[in-house]
Amino acid sequence: MTVLSLFAGPPSSAGPESFRDHVKRLGPRPRGNGALIDTLDRSGLVGRGGASFSVGVKWRSVESRSRGAAVVIANGAEGEPLSRKDRTLMSLRPHLVIDGALLASDAVGANRTLLYVGEAHGAAAAAMARALAERPPADRARTTLLGAPPSYVAGEETAAVNFVNSGVAVPQATPPRPFERGVDGRPTLVQNVESLAHAALIARYGDAWFQSLGRHHAAGTILLTVSGAVAKPGVIEVASGCSVDEVLALAGGVSGKARAVLLGGYFGGWISADQAGSMVLDPRGLRAAGGSLGCGVVSVLDETADPLDVSARILQHLANESAAQCGPCFFGLRSLSAATTRIAARHADHGDLPQLHRWTAMVKGRGACRHPDGAVAFLESALKVFEPEFATAAGARGRRAS
Amino acid sequence: MAQTELWIDRTKCDGSRLCAELFPERITLDDWGYPIIAPGPIPGSLMPHAQKAVDSCPVLALALRRVERRPPPSPPGAKAS
Repeated sequence: MTVLSLFAGPPSSAGPESFRDHVKRLGPRPRGNGALIDTLDRSGLVGRGGASFSVGVKWRSVESRSRGAAVVIANGAEGEPLSRKDRTLMSLRPHLVIDGALLASDAVGANRTLLYVGEAHGAAAAAMARALAERPPADRARTTLLGAPPSYVAGEETAAVNFVNSGVAVPQATPPRPFERGVDGRPTLVQNVESLAHAALIARYGDAWFQSLGRHHAAGTILLTVSGAVAKPGVIEVASGCSVDEVLALAGGVSGKARAVLLGGYFGGWISADQAGSMVLDPRGLRAAGGSLGCGVVSVLDETADPLDVSARILQHLANESAAQCGPCFFGLRSLSAATTRIAARHADHGDLPQLHRWTAMVKGRGACRHPDGAVAFLESALKVFEPEFATAAGARGRRAS
Repeated sequence: MAQTELWIDRTKCDGSRLCAELFPERITLDDWGYPIIAPGPIPGSLMPHAQKAVDSCPVLALALRRVERRPPPSPPGAKAS
């Protein structure tokens, strides 16, 4: 069940792999060029930051505009509260990430490579800094490590670009998107660190190899962060195409009885436990089906927890993490969060529940970035999966002593 | 074929509501006073109203943009992918 690709090599207890060991194990970094972009296309690799967009197509969109002056941002901001996989990857395999970033840089025609690492992720940032220092001078000269602020939106690609340009990590209105005009107005590739690490291995072993790692029609491996009601929470690498049940078994099994699984993190959605088990974790397949693996979060809610309370708290976090730039996001998410919190506290105002449905439709698609869309998609999943609970709670008028 | 559409920079819009008054055919307000713009190209007959709405925006958040009917596929705007 477990397939090691990114985490092949020394065990996690050995800490970050050194540059010497990395080169000894995997050989030198291959060439990053147009042929690599074709290989990535064929491999089926899709982005692992949340959007599951084709990596080959994304690189080509920058390459076709770059004229040798593009910029690459390796995105290790990881602002999703339930995700640990990016920081774990950077802590253990920093050189795979750096290889991937430099390969991207060569392939798209970039002369600046930025490693954008969550400043709150101490071990990962330290491992990346040490790894960069181990690199030959030619690699170091074109690569800069910079700390991403610890906010949810800092990893959104226009926010990452804006942080480099102006020091403020808030999203920008599009178009233009970063692949058109990004850092200093230049075509910019913003790619999640896990995606880059996969690219570093695909560059060495090819697209057929990557395909062979997955099950059924899924390609490659995926990093998941498993949390909640499981015996052994943590980051695991599995074959793409495996089921949620298999993942939960790898995480030591569910402790207690599961009510629902949150797939994809705060921007993902709830799936009821009886439907989640057989779900196939394939980023490309889920995206094609209108779902999302998001950033690979699998979090189990057990039956003793209050799903409304948990959902209300997640929504409140997302409302608080609005960059407060766009009215519909800032005010809309605040209204949605307040109503959800009232329902969860069993002192809903009359009309709160229908209002939630109305507002979710009203807010969708009306931010500069997709923060409001992600928050609304999360709430919609809660309203669907916990429909009976919402209905009962919205009707409960017992007011708490104030 | 190029068409004209309304485009809004949501990061600039501060909810002055003027656009909705000047171009009610396509712009309504949400519960918080921010414009909801009906999708689709602006026909020539409505262009004067559209232009007035654009010109009235105190923070220059609203613009008319020429768009191709079938935009080429491009990377999505989502969290780091």
